[in-house]
Amino acid sequence: MKCREFVEFLMEYLDGALGESERRVFECHIEDCPACVNYLETYRETVRLGHSVCTPDAEVPPDVPEELVQAILSARHPKR
Amino acid sequence: MKSLPCDGSSKIDAVPRATPIAIRYVPDAMTLEATPAPSEQKLLERLLAGEEQAYEELVRSYGGRMLAVARRFLPVEEDARDAVQDAFLSAFRSIHRFEGNARLSTWLHRIVVNAALMKLRTRRRHPEQSIDDLLPGYLEDGHFERPASPWRTDGLDPAEEHELRELVLRSIHSLPEGHRNVLLLRDIEGLDTEEAADLLQISPGAVKTRLHRARQALRELLEPHLRERSAS
Repeated sequence: MKCREFVEFLMEYLDGALGESERRVFECHIEDCPACVNYLETYRETVRLGHSVCTPDAEVPPDVPEELVQAILSARHPKR
Repeated sequence: MKSLPCDGSSKIDAVPRATPIAIRYVPDAMTLEATPAPSEQKLLERLLAGEEQAYEELVRSYGGRMLAVARRFLPVEEDARDAVQDAFLSAFRSIHRFEGNARLSTWLHRIVVNAALMKLRTRRRHPEQSIDDLLPGYLEDGHFERPASPWRTDGLDPAEEHELRELVLRSIHSLPEGHRNVLLLRDIEGLDTEEAADLLQISPGAVKTRLHRARQALRELLEPHLRERSAS
């Protein structure tokens, strides 16, 4: 297995979607390739960072622009 | 800012019912409380009673959070605001369908995601930017052109945390739209493959392929910054 194939099947590996023999080949490659270990860890970290910066706890909600509030309330009664 | 009719003629009509299924469409942090908080319950009762002030309170209380969600999908501010407006008008029309077994914020979150996707679908389409340049490069023998290095993303001070957060958001925004939307729905909004495929009107296989490529591209965009951080 080369690094290119490792990356190609990485998501399936992390999802547990690889068959037993494919998984063994995958894990053999990890044991011998520090670059792919780093790739695996930083791929996981990428997913974690994307999720963590967008959770409600991580975000300070912006103020609602007053013109947007008024537009929404006006549109509720368009004929008034 | 546009005005939409509030008589059911709006193009957005797929307002989700607040069933337990809808809970799967929201970030993990929002699934912890699946019933309305007391303050939400009171507001809901006032909305159902048709109290005018309650509608304004709803917009002021939840509008900021909804705008933040819309901005993830729609980088152009006017589009994001239009989606929030569409979402509130849909919610106003459908408030009687809110069944009270989910949080109001959860229900509104789902509605604004739907409104943002609807906006994307109806907007004039531009040619999709290729993601290939953002994917890792390989030598002829199949090994990395630039082997990955470890990152350090913990133990940061508050200023660095803020900087990292801005970097991640900027990088997500710079992904090609078709890939960005899949990443947002799967990794940020927590939808499963089938749900994302349904909302984006693409095949589940395309969702999987785009998600993996979007994650690779995002990793490549973050790498030089976080690698430098580990070297410092």
